[in-house]
Amino acid sequence: MLSSYTKSIGQYFIMILDMFKRMTKLSEMRRLIMQEIDDLIINSMGIVVFISFFIGAVVTIQTALNLSNPLIPKSLIGYAARQSIILEFAPTFISIIMAGKVGSFITSSIGTMRVTEQIDALEVMGINSLNYLVLPKVIALMFYPFVIAIAMFVGIIGAYLAATYGGYLSSEQFLEGLQDEFNPFHVSYAFIKSFIFAFLLATIPSFHGYYMKGGALEVGQASTTSFVWTSVVIIFANYFITQLLLS
Amino acid sequence: MIKVENLHKSFGDLDVLNGISTEFEKGKTNLIIGQSGSGKTVFLKCLLGLIRPDQGDIFFDDKTYNDFTVEERRNLRKQMGMVFQGGALFDSMTVEENVTFPLKMFTKMTRAEMKDRVVEVLDRVNLVETNHKFPSEISGGMQKRVSIARAIVNKPKFLFCDEPNSGLDPKTATVIDNLIQEITHENQITTVINTHDMNSVFEIGEKIIYLEGGKKAWEGDKDIIYKTDNEKITDFVYSSNLFQKVRVAQRKGL
Repeated sequence: MLSSYTKSIGQYFIMILDMFKRMTKLSEMRRLIMQEIDDLIINSMGIVVFISFFIGAVVTIQTALNLSNPLIPKSLIGYAARQSIILEFAPTFISIIMAGKVGSFITSSIGTMRVTEQIDALEVMGINSLNYLVLPKVIALMFYPFVIAIAMFVGIIGAYLAATYGGYLSSEQFLEGLQDEFNPFHVSYAFIKSFIFAFLLATIPSFHGYYMKGGALEVGQASTTSFVWTSVVIIFANYFITQLLLS
Repeated sequence: MIKVENLHKSFGDLDVLNGISTEFEKGKTNLIIGQSGSGKTVFLKCLLGLIRPDQGDIFFDDKTYNDFTVEERRNLRKQMGMVFQGGALFDSMTVEENVTFPLKMFTKMTRAEMKDRVVEVLDRVNLVETNHKFPSEISGGMQKRVSIARAIVNKPKFLFCDEPNSGLDPKTATVIDNLIQEITHENQITTVINTHDMNSVFEIGEKIIYLEGGKKAWEGDKDIIYKTDNEKITDFVYSSNLFQKVRVAQRKGL
């Protein structure tokens, strides 16, 4: 079992190296990247906005309900909402959601191409199928921090509306907390994380789709496995990045 | 012309190809037949360069594949067309985009030139008014024809077909067989077809090799396959009742 994991890890890194060999014609690569931006980034905006808004709102309500000590200023609710959204909820929580949405899409689309011999067709034509299929996804997902920026913004809007319309604190108190002891490096940290998560989101599901064997049932199984592994690796990466950048 | 010399391929302890030598001639439909597990697909994948043989040589127009430089191998790929068992059309592209794909990737043709060439090949495979349809919107027979069109659009020197008739009704299967043979003759392509279909054997088998247990058990053409007494090939070819009756009738001179 250990040797199988080691083999898969080795195969994953070989896939990443092979992805940069025999480059696809530039005009076609440009078209593929635009297509992937549409599929992976633009088409994910709806779910990202929806989840971020309500997560921001719930974080605020939870914080407000648990801060009953009158010695603690109400503005702390805004501060806590900002910190949790920027540091964890936007980059990490959204990435786990994206591992399900984007990751499953990538694995099932590449896996279906594998079982229907479309990948073989590319190879027979002399096209590097890894470069053609995986690299555009990696490049498209380099726009992922843009998604995270929107998630942060919408999350904070959700927090603000829940706080003020819910009657937990005033608009001034929330805005005071929101600006209190703001450290811009926390935003940089979130974007650095997002870049790394984006790379994982593109490559791990691609790996599971590209090297799958079998038929339609196995495509479904590969999608599930890819979601599990992408989430696990994101959680591990999150721990290491936090330790490296914030400790 | 493709020449194969002493080709060996094993997976673990299993010898899949065991010293196959043969020659596939230009302008002819060359058929590979054999039971499931006889090594046909592995043999075809070796010819295509998708699987590397353990031993032996494959010559394309008298030059061994092993001596090809990386650039020559890339160019050779561009001279190959492949018709896959399931068509292997790109789902996300229309019929026209599928057929245009090899031209877009490997030629410097203008859009107008590409369009003309695509219309020409789609017309050649008798497909009209399907240009803007997706593969899922057309029948299996049409998908095979699109696959043939995509395979020949770049004017290949070598055409490979993996069970081009599977899943088709007998009439459509005959149409596909005849189409492949006509295209082979017209363009003087070296065509290699991997098939289970005995109708194809008797219709277009200008050269037939029969594989058994990874070895070449028989070689000939559709005219001598009727007369052979080689038990291995007769057991395989005349395994169906219909073909047994045909054979008995032939032997009786009917």
